[in-house]
Amino acid sequence: MSDKKNWPLWEVFVRSKNGLEHRHCGSLHAADEDMALENARDVYTRRSEGVSIWVVESKNITASNPENNGEMFEPAHDKVYRHPTFYDLPDEVKHM
Amino acid sequence: MKNENLYKYILGIADNSLILGQRLGELTGHGPSLETDIACTNMSLDLFGQVRSYYQYAAKIAGDNRTEDDIAMLRKEREYVNVLLVEQPNTNFAYTMARQFLFDVYHLLFLQELQKSKDLTLSAIANKSIKEVSYHLRFSSDWIKRLGDGTEVSHQKMQDAIDGLWTYTDELFHQTEADIAMVSEVIGVDVTKLKEAYYNKVNAVLEESTLQIPESKWFQKGGKKGIHTEHLGYLLSDLQYMQRAYPNMEW
Amino acid sequence: MSEEQIKNLETQFEARIARDEKIEPKDWMPEKYRKTHIRQMSQHAHSEIVGMLPEGNWITRAPSLRRKVALLAKVQDEAGHGLYLYSACETLGVSREELYEQLHSGKAKYSSIFNYPTVTWADMGAVGWLVDGAAIINQVPLCNTSYGPYARAMVRVCKEESFHQRQGYEIMIKLANGTPEQKELAQDALNRWWWPSLMMLGPTDAESIHTEQSMKWKLKRKSNDDLRQQFIDQTVPQAELIGLTIPDADLKWNEERQSYDFGEINWDEFWQVVKGHGPMNKERMKARVGAWEEGEWVRDAAMAYAEKKQERKQKQAI
Repeated sequence: MSDKKNWPLWEVFVRSKNGLEHRHCGSLHAADEDMALENARDVYTRRSEGVSIWVVESKNITASNPENNGEMFEPAHDKVYRHPTFYDLPDEVKHM
Repeated sequence: MKNENLYKYILGIADNSLILGQRLGELTGHGPSLETDIACTNMSLDLFGQVRSYYQYAAKIAGDNRTEDDIAMLRKEREYVNVLLVEQPNTNFAYTMARQFLFDVYHLLFLQELQKSKDLTLSAIANKSIKEVSYHLRFSSDWIKRLGDGTEVSHQKMQDAIDGLWTYTDELFHQTEADIAMVSEVIGVDVTKLKEAYYNKVNAVLEESTLQIPESKWFQKGGKKGIHTEHLGYLLSDLQYMQRAYPNMEW
Repeated sequence: MSEEQIKNLETQFEARIARDEKIEPKDWMPEKYRKTHIRQMSQHAHSEIVGMLPEGNWITRAPSLRRKVALLAKVQDEAGHGLYLYSACETLGVSREELYEQLHSGKAKYSSIFNYPTVTWADMGAVGWLVDGAAIINQVPLCNTSYGPYARAMVRVCKEESFHQRQGYEIMIKLANGTPEQKELAQDALNRWWWPSLMMLGPTDAESIHTEQSMKWKLKRKSNDDLRQQFIDQTVPQAELIGLTIPDADLKWNEERQSYDFGEINWDEFWQVVKGHGPMNKERMKARVGAWEEGEWVRDAAMAYAEKKQERKQKQAI
């Protein structure tokens, strides 16, 4: 059992229609990238959910660590001047 | 029946999909991985979808009250005209994929021609099915390569499957009377003309898969005339069970 | 980490869930949360793939082409659902192979209802209508559970499941409105599947061990008994509508509770089936283990081929 190589895990991203981004929709097992694409087609687009598929082997994804969320994401919280609501406009200006 | 040749011709096409779809359906829940299981069921569903279009058309041509299910499930063994290849059992996954591949190559070539049929219904069904069958062929070719050029064990099993099923390939190119009649009306496909392209494609994939092309020149035939291998009777007893045990009911 | 620090983290963790925040795979979580989730999600995944077998049993014998494609698509969906749920488990660091190992060795459980045989075509109706009906009651609230990957898998599952129960009920309608023989088939199937469906919603609250913690983690939103009551209340009128009789002499509308009272469930039978003594336990495992073992050389070949292909690619690149 121990030296046995199982089919690795892949992450699947599907574009539901042109104009929209690919979105992560799940994962699956496959021996190689061709099989991963085929499996993704068979598993995740049975109900016409997609027009384009990306697959990437899960181990190739670099993810941020939630333990660092403070330093990673909190510094952005108080930069309210990046948002339009920070700026005062006279009521007469309806759209800007 | 006014258009008996056309009726028979449609059955000749549809029965292949019916029997192969049924064989693939047997595997649901028993595949080598969940992903492969789902993929095989997809092929089965594609084939049954095609079958329904063909039989519905055939029923219309027959012009009596028969339905797609009557045609699918209420004929006798000798009245099914599928090729012997598609009724061969799921001996193991190599057999299943080899059977699929050997049929898919033919099926795609056939549909590409049927698309040009003067009969608009057949041409429309072919047009829709081509996309499905192109994918089947891609899927089965990939598996021929994986198993042929995988491990020693898989290579042997795939070689056995190809050797075992080879004898059923030539029948694909035999013409029936209905075939000849329909070809002359520019409705049917002249299957004899597909043979060369078929073996070219098959041989190329086998070679790429490090598999030997069988040398045997002795081929089995009979399916198109309703003379089947012993496997078909059992398949039909499953397929027809409900319609036989509970006749004349709706489900 | 000191005990106090862990305690602190745990308190924060529980507070996040109470605030309806989702927990994602890499977030810190108590070991018990992780284990409980692996257990529940894998049990759920196992139920999906073992659940393919009783219905798969009728694919080749479906009475019409229309029924055949519907059944094929439904059983295929179950494979898909098993796959989504195994994937959700894998986010917690346990592989699908390990989970299979637990199933095949008998260590992991699956829904015991799939240990009953499907003996007639009407069982396809009863299973879809009752078993999927009971499953949906359990599953819909899970779309909102605290663990992100589980919740997302359940959203997908519930969306796809919506045709399953209809598919079953439609079979029952057709039979119930058919010939006397067909109606009898339908009633017989209801008789056999009714009680196991009630049991499927789990032991009575008094006997259920995990409930309180599971409620907090939103792994469970209602107690087993409440779910059962909901199932009965919604199913009885559906049976009446098509002229079938629920096989329970004690079933009676309770005006005061605005719910049905119902008879005693045979919990002894339930526990016997859970322990492996149901009519089909051995066959179900044999089929699963068989498929896995017979598939081994196929999976190995695909890996070997993938490696060869990779090597060829690397050589070309040089």
